[in-house]
Amino acid sequence: MGATSRRRLAAVAFLTATTLLATTACGGNGDDAGDGTVTLTVDVFGQFGYDELYKEYMAANPGVKIVERGTGGNLDEYSPKLTQWLAAGKGAGDVVAIEEGLLVEYKANPGNFVNLLDHGAAELKGNFLDWKWNAGLTADGKQLIGLGTDVGGMAMCYRKDLFAKAGLPTERDAVSALWPTWQDYVRVGERFTAAKTGASFLDAATNTFNTIVLQTAGNSSGYHYYDTGDNLVVDTNPAVKQAWDTTMDIIDSGLSGKYGAWSEEWVSAFKQAKFATIACPAWMTGVIEGHAGPAAKGRWDIARVPGDGGNWGGSYLAVPKQSKHRDEAVKLATFLTSAKGQIGAFKAKGPLPSSPQALDDPAIAGATNAYFSDAPVGQIFAAGARSLKPVYMGPKNQAVRTEVENAVRTVELGQRSPEQGWTDAVTNAKKAAAK
Amino acid sequence: MSVQLDARPPVAAAPPVRPTRSYRLSRFDARWSPYLYIAPFFLLFAVFGAYPLAYTLWVSLHEWDLLGTEPTFVGAENYTRLLADPDFWHAVVNTLGIFVISTVPQLLAALWLANLLNRQLRARTGWRMAVLVPNVTSTAAVAIVFGVLFGREFGMVNWLLDLVGVDAIDWKANRVASWVAISTMVDWRWTGYNALIFLAAMQAIPRDLYESAAIDGASRARQFWSITVPLLRPTIIFAVIISTIGGLQLFTEPRLFHAGTNAIRGGPSRESQTVTMYMFENAFAPYYNFGYGSAVAWLLFALIAVVAVVNVLIIRRLGTDAGPRTGGRKGGRG
Repeated sequence: MGATSRRRLAAVAFLTATTLLATTACGGNGDDAGDGTVTLTVDVFGQFGYDELYKEYMAANPGVKIVERGTGGNLDEYSPKLTQWLAAGKGAGDVVAIEEGLLVEYKANPGNFVNLLDHGAAELKGNFLDWKWNAGLTADGKQLIGLGTDVGGMAMCYRKDLFAKAGLPTERDAVSALWPTWQDYVRVGERFTAAKTGASFLDAATNTFNTIVLQTAGNSSGYHYYDTGDNLVVDTNPAVKQAWDTTMDIIDSGLSGKYGAWSEEWVSAFKQAKFATIACPAWMTGVIEGHAGPAAKGRWDIARVPGDGGNWGGSYLAVPKQSKHRDEAVKLATFLTSAKGQIGAFKAKGPLPSSPQALDDPAIAGATNAYFSDAPVGQIFAAGARSLKPVYMGPKNQAVRTEVENAVRTVELGQRSPEQGWTDAVTNAKKAAAK
Repeated sequence: MSVQLDARPPVAAAPPVRPTRSYRLSRFDARWSPYLYIAPFFLLFAVFGAYPLAYTLWVSLHEWDLLGTEPTFVGAENYTRLLADPDFWHAVVNTLGIFVISTVPQLLAALWLANLLNRQLRARTGWRMAVLVPNVTSTAAVAIVFGVLFGREFGMVNWLLDLVGVDAIDWKANRVASWVAISTMVDWRWTGYNALIFLAAMQAIPRDLYESAAIDGASRARQFWSITVPLLRPTIIFAVIISTIGGLQLFTEPRLFHAGTNAIRGGPSRESQTVTMYMFENAFAPYYNFGYGSAVAWLLFALIAVVAVVNVLIIRRLGTDAGPRTGGRKGGRG
């Protein structure tokens, strides 16, 4: 009897102990193999095109192993995850990619990141376009959070087959000549619509609006939703209203296919050739190729964007303070953002370099894209990148942008009149900024 | 002989040390080991249930920027702001709307399905297992497939509607239409699950009740409403509470129904944003306002409690009104 109960007691104790162990035994991510090898984790979203560069780096540094996470994922899912890791003080990679819109929010509280200036980054300054370098610095200029990877020089991608069907020119210079301004673009769109090809002229008004607002702001005040003193100026900045009105013209003329950007419908519309043009920052070329698929190879081409060029998107690489291998991580980030690294990424997946040396490199200047009818992508995008004027982004840029874009979308879907939409955009943006 | 035995003093029966120890051990065992047996649940609950609950409450009393460093204590400010936030109430209405149009038909269908499965069928086990199949598939896959089916332009539902001459519906940008679309997902997934629970309860109802009802001339429908449903009442209450908790926490289906940029809003003007989505939107991207998001979580908790109580009251009412008139065998289900 005594033996049984003792055995039972032992069982109970064992059960309790294992439960406790199971609940407490987290952590210990097994970073170091013990043989001196360091594993560096790189967190990215979308396509950064680093695979070949990793191989090269690992060959040159036998003590380093690189693991990439998040390739192909979308930014809307990546950003909250990264923020959670930083807030929890655990989980983030050793090198993390940060999109420019989120960088402004991180800059307000830079404590989560290693100051790259402490790791000798100052001498890398010449490797980046001035504004790209400066945007990586905190307001007081004392901390460098991230090194620039790419910029989003603008263009307009179009489908030659649909243009031919509508009786429009198909050759890229002739197409560029069609639309020096956005008003001309609308007029071309009306001609296209009148031809009844069964396709819309453009994919979604939000994408076009985003292009126009960044362009208008870049060419006038240099800021859009926030002024450089971080005051919300959505309702008073003429650049925003002007971009809004141009977009309303586009919607009014019935040019938009209303495919919600990045939705499944949007992807299907690519596959079924349901729209003829799409506002096209350099990184978008990879997206188009991925969605439209190999069948559409040679049917796409790239023309100049209406208006005067501009910048949409572009990312940075940063090293979170929680990384256990800060020095190695900084070295890797430096390599990936070097002129050589940026050229490699461009060749692999198309993100346009933010390094002047890389932009001048014949590998970029002479690059063509076979998918886009051998368009000289190097020339088209790089020319704009050298002269473009960046747009300043305020602390709640992402939240405000979301509200304004949603207002555009409600008008596009016919849920609001343009006037109501504008009222919504302003009130919701103010609410978002106050949250 | 016997006298001699009886005369032996009881004290000398055994050496004193061993029995006491084993006696103590077995007393200890009898008294305390039940607590140890149930301890794992409570330990887990404390770690994964009570602690997060309390921590969320603590967070909700702060101005807590997820990207920032120092949270500041603001008391109930998040709650007062939230109660005056029209977007929050919009999300509450959406959630309740989706909950009602998904749960009511779902439980009725489950009841009907369970009744069918309770009959003599060929390959009975096969049918019973088959109704659970939708529940085994991943929610994400279901939501994506339904999201495509309910597409505005390329969706199959609109194509079918077109065949019968109905104009295309923008399922994602029309408030009530999006509720319906999301409800079909929920129904598809959970009807079979509830049917199996009902079926299990039905099988515990004594056969003789039906036999005597049949002798009294009660039809099948009459038997169903006068015997099955009333005796199933505790199970129905259970199913309703579980559905309330699940329904009001609905997240994956409406979130994945809207793909693309800021899907967390459930459409450009928040057509089908549920409370959990609103919580996520505030606590994480794009606002990173952890305190405000936690306040939403706590109000959702309160909302679930209220709705669950209301539901139970309604169901109990229904039960007593149409109470069993079949002799004294109340609560025969045991």
